[in-house]
Amino acid sequence: MSATAVITATGPAAWPVPLSQTRTVAKLNSVTKRYGQITALDNFSLELCAGEVVALLGPNGAGKTTAVRLLLGLISPNAGSVRVLGRDPRDAKARTRIGAMLQVARVPEMLRVRECIDLFRSYYPHPLPAAEVIRIAKLDGTADQLFGKLSGGQKQRVLFGLALCGNPDLIFLDEPTVGMDIESRRGLWDQVRALSAAGKTILLTTHYLEEADLLANRIVVINKGKLLCEGTSAEIKNRVSGRKIRCITRLDPEFLQSLPTVSEVQQDREAVVITAENPEKVVREMLLRDETLHGLEVSSGGLEDAFLALTQDQPVAGSQ
Amino acid sequence: MATNAIAIPASSGLSLGYYANIFRKEVQYEFVKMLRTKAFSLSVIGFPVMFYLLVGTSNRHNMFARYVMPSYSCMGVVSACLFGIGMGIAMERAYGWLELKQASPMPRLAYLGAKVVTCAAFALIIVAALLTLGITLGGVSLTAVEALKLAGVILAGSIPFTAMGLLVALLVPPNAGPGVINLIYLPMSFASGFWMPVTYLPHWLKVITPALPTYHLAQIALHIFGYAEPGCRLLPHWEALAGFTLLMVGAAWIIFTRSEAKA
Repeated sequence: MSATAVITATGPAAWPVPLSQTRTVAKLNSVTKRYGQITALDNFSLELCAGEVVALLGPNGAGKTTAVRLLLGLISPNAGSVRVLGRDPRDAKARTRIGAMLQVARVPEMLRVRECIDLFRSYYPHPLPAAEVIRIAKLDGTADQLFGKLSGGQKQRVLFGLALCGNPDLIFLDEPTVGMDIESRRGLWDQVRALSAAGKTILLTTHYLEEADLLANRIVVINKGKLLCEGTSAEIKNRVSGRKIRCITRLDPEFLQSLPTVSEVQQDREAVVITAENPEKVVREMLLRDETLHGLEVSSGGLEDAFLALTQDQPVAGSQ
Repeated sequence: MATNAIAIPASSGLSLGYYANIFRKEVQYEFVKMLRTKAFSLSVIGFPVMFYLLVGTSNRHNMFARYVMPSYSCMGVVSACLFGIGMGIAMERAYGWLELKQASPMPRLAYLGAKVVTCAAFALIIVAALLTLGITLGGVSLTAVEALKLAGVILAGSIPFTAMGLLVALLVPPNAGPGVINLIYLPMSFASGFWMPVTYLPHWLKVITPALPTYHLAQIALHIFGYAEPGCRLLPHWEALAGFTLLMVGAAWIIFTRSEAKA
């Protein structure tokens, strides 16, 4: 009697398992894009590998939307090249494997959700079933409503559904959770995780640093068209602001400042807060010298601090 | 051994059926959308109908009831194209919806083609409405051939005004749209003899008339019913419309490529 092993995919039903993990799915190769006098992107490079979730972070005007537009083939670079799925992004065949959720100010108010999904599904040779799109975007119950009657969060969910209806391998999400309530936001995050688990590649631009922190395998920080910093969330936080040690100790602040990798020592009420790149070394030294040390906390600086530090033109060690 | 590991199907050639399906759905939903947009559908169909009820029916004893049938049909096709394509594309472009569709595999021609077909469909609805009103309330007698010729001319007329609509979409900001379009096309219609034959217009207006595409379309349409200007030959009017179309397409192309370079 033989048992047939049936492997069922978790998450969204029937996502095909696509490319291998190390394959480059999309690439911006030293692109420069100018609008008149303004340089939106300056010799900027970005590579997306299969299955990763990459967050593109930057202040307004940093060039995030330009980068996404280049990858979608909506504009062409003045210098450098763009390859998506091995092709020029303006190739319709490349577009059939891509989904995009862009910032749309208003959607056509006189179409029903179901009709819009039907229309977008027709653009793709192998789309998901309409019922599946509705399920994933959590649109049950609103499928027959006119777009104009939807709330902001519902509209975002429809746009998310439209991005996925073609069963894409590469997905662009431009500020996807703007205007969503907490529940919808978490729901979308769950979906993004499921998509990533199914091997899809996702590029996310967001202002919500928490979102980048929670979802991204890799964060790329961009400002004024240039790459500032790249790495996992932890790497960036660590590289920029180190980690903080908070404890109550009788050790002298001058002594603490002299310990290896310590960059800053501050007094916080009864405790001392030490910023260090390698807190383990510091703590080891402190514990040896002070048996009364208590209330020990080691935490990483917020991504927000790191982001602000990077984008306010402060010199950062290790950035390219 | 069963697994769900399915290789991505090699990107199959996109077949004719695929394109036909896209086009069919684009047209279907574009039409539904425009029909549901009461501001568009009611005014584009309503104005010619209303004007006919006012002018045409009160003139059943003279030639006007028959005259305004083709001329109001022209008004219908011009407004359908200017508002449907001009405003439609301008708004979708401003709100970012057009960009979303461009990022998808939607073929550009399907988008534009669907809008043109929808506007032409509205124009035909207007023609049908006016013909019906003319026969029933306007006391107009006409042959089936004349009716078909009118429908054909109106359909052909949708092309130059689609081109004009494209240019309008690129130039006019969406908020100012309806106002600007009305300011352009209403005087144009009047000066082209939509309300009364050109010979009755004041002299200073008649000078501009031959430059207007609406004049040329109206002359072709009126010729079917015998109301064109005396000595009217059709070919120059068709040529004028073709030239106008090329001018509009060329201007739109230049503006479009220049704005692409900037934005």
